[in-house]
Amino acid sequence: METRSVPLSGGVDDFVRMDEVVKIFGDTVAVRSVNLTVRRHEIFALLGSSGCGKTTLLRMLAGFEEPTSGRIILDNEDITALPPYRRPVNMMFQSYALFPHMTVEANVAFGLKQEGVPRHEIQGRVFEALDLVQMAGHARRKPHQLSGGQQQRVALARSLVKRPKLLLLDEPMSALDKQIRQATQIELLRILDQVGVTCILVTHDQEEAMTMASRLAVMTEGQIMQCGTPHEVYAFPANRFVAGFIGSTNLFTGIIVVDQPDHVLIETDALTRPLYVSHGVSEPLGMAVHVSIRPEHLRISRQMPQSDSNWGHGMVTHVAWMGSYARYQVRLDAGQVIEASIPTLEWNPAEAPGVDEEVYVAWSHDAGTVLAS
Amino acid sequence: MRMRWPLPRPSARQWAIWVPYLWLALFLLVPFLLVLKISLSDLQFGIPPYTPIATLEDDTLQLALHLRGYVLLFTDSLYAAVYLNSVKMALVTTVCCVLIGYPLAWQIARSRPEIRNLLLLGVILPFWTSLLLRVYAWVGILRNDGLLNNLLMGLGLIDSPLEIYRTDLAVYVGLVYAYLPFFILPLYANLVKLDQRLIEAAHDLGARPWATFRQVVLPLSMPGAVAGAMLVFIPSVGEYVIPEMLGGANTLMMGRVMWNEFFNNADWPMAAAVTCVMVLLLLVPLTLFQYSSARQLERSR
Repeated sequence: METRSVPLSGGVDDFVRMDEVVKIFGDTVAVRSVNLTVRRHEIFALLGSSGCGKTTLLRMLAGFEEPTSGRIILDNEDITALPPYRRPVNMMFQSYALFPHMTVEANVAFGLKQEGVPRHEIQGRVFEALDLVQMAGHARRKPHQLSGGQQQRVALARSLVKRPKLLLLDEPMSALDKQIRQATQIELLRILDQVGVTCILVTHDQEEAMTMASRLAVMTEGQIMQCGTPHEVYAFPANRFVAGFIGSTNLFTGIIVVDQPDHVLIETDALTRPLYVSHGVSEPLGMAVHVSIRPEHLRISRQMPQSDSNWGHGMVTHVAWMGSYARYQVRLDAGQVIEASIPTLEWNPAEAPGVDEEVYVAWSHDAGTVLAS
Repeated sequence: MRMRWPLPRPSARQWAIWVPYLWLALFLLVPFLLVLKISLSDLQFGIPPYTPIATLEDDTLQLALHLRGYVLLFTDSLYAAVYLNSVKMALVTTVCCVLIGYPLAWQIARSRPEIRNLLLLGVILPFWTSLLLRVYAWVGILRNDGLLNNLLMGLGLIDSPLEIYRTDLAVYVGLVYAYLPFFILPLYANLVKLDQRLIEAAHDLGARPWATFRQVVLPLSMPGAVAGAMLVFIPSVGEYVIPEMLGGANTLMMGRVMWNEFFNNADWPMAAAVTCVMVLLLLVPLTLFQYSSARQLERSR
């Protein structure tokens, strides 16, 4: 492995740091040059669809895979080449990977036994961990006698009992029924908060990432597309991929015709009026860019808007009543179909525009985000 | 098993269960009862070479149970020595098969699927030739003027040939060679199903490779290892061909003693008694052990 004279500690915030980490399997590049920092006590999510490299990244943090190049630093210690059993890192597996031949108690005690912790201390710490996840009453059971949710709690207790510096969660909710996921997410957050452990979780479920993580990284094709708080990533997506991956969005492709420090005007074939975006951009005049407008920023009306920008005319092709909002699909005159989420609170379904009705779709100046790529 | 009788028509499941049982009863239980009968009769000249147990003469049914074979078995120390030696040789064979076969099965189970099938084929391939031929090949290898000794002397490692052929060592070589696949295959079938993530979980929790093996892999592979050990041990105890062809005059194994009693001494009752005692002393405890361990496994599931 190549060693470089970069200092181990970059800053106080860098509890976990991945430097130019690359992982190549045969002739597939699973992870291409990832740089990532995670702060102490943070819950950080790696978000992406399957095959994006997030799991490989997690497995490199756990020590199951060694990076092809690059370094991984945990609490100022280079752990890149450390085998998994020497790392102060514990992982909760997607399938939980509880030892089927051991009781719940023995499963949780396993890690402490390897450390050579005295027997009486093991007992105390095991029950402390089981109490934390409210599973102390099931200590003598075998894993197969537990429900999925209970198995998950045991797996969590097992990965917390050694008080790791870093906890890894691999798709923590994927094996649970949808109904209990949200409650479990909140419960998991409570436990992690109580323990105060730094945590990196991998998920393909953006809602899960948004619920649990204080910061998240969106990955695709082995690269990190954007890293930030859930709000930052949602409100200011760095590119079209992130805008489309986190929530849904309407994308218009056009050319910058007015470039001012406080706003830009973009002309697009999809609309007769230009797009007005109330933030400056670094892209030059005349360049082709994309504008992302979230469905909840769109307003639908039967009257033509007075403004000379930021609206379009089209026909409703589909309306879906989602409870707290109604989802409209509108085919603009130029052919592009856009989606609008209309809050249903002050909404009378009888008066609302229906399918095949002609409508105007409008949005405010601060609704759009310009994306260069 | 609960059975409702009379049955209007046996279902497919009942066919599947009862046909093999019937087969076993017909071709295992009935011959064994015949052997048991012979063991309780006495030697006579003629055909068959043993006396009938029951005779009907002058309206008197006479039941004559001759225990000569059994008495001899427990008084002549030769037989006790044969039993002990057979068990010892089978045990050593089993231990050798475990020591060689476990790492082999493990490596096969962990190799890439396309290589795995090739390696498995290598384990099964010897079955394509008859055992007799393969044991003859070992004779050719181990003889004083055989391949092994010629090679070692050719390399200048030894001056005079090693005495392996016609010794216990040759029998061990033959037994381990012949029975190794029977240990590897059931163990492989178990290990290949072992969830890789359990091993990763053990590493993750701080267990080094050896501790992981001892605490996770070994306990979980126990059913496969026990099944394989049984498949080696049980037939090894009664093995005839290998000790006959590779062993020396004083390699005492039960199979050979039975052969001698039957064919050399024409003492069918004695040979039958040796067989019955072997079944009772070895197979019955082993069956009980297997049954109880299967029940234990069931309970832990």
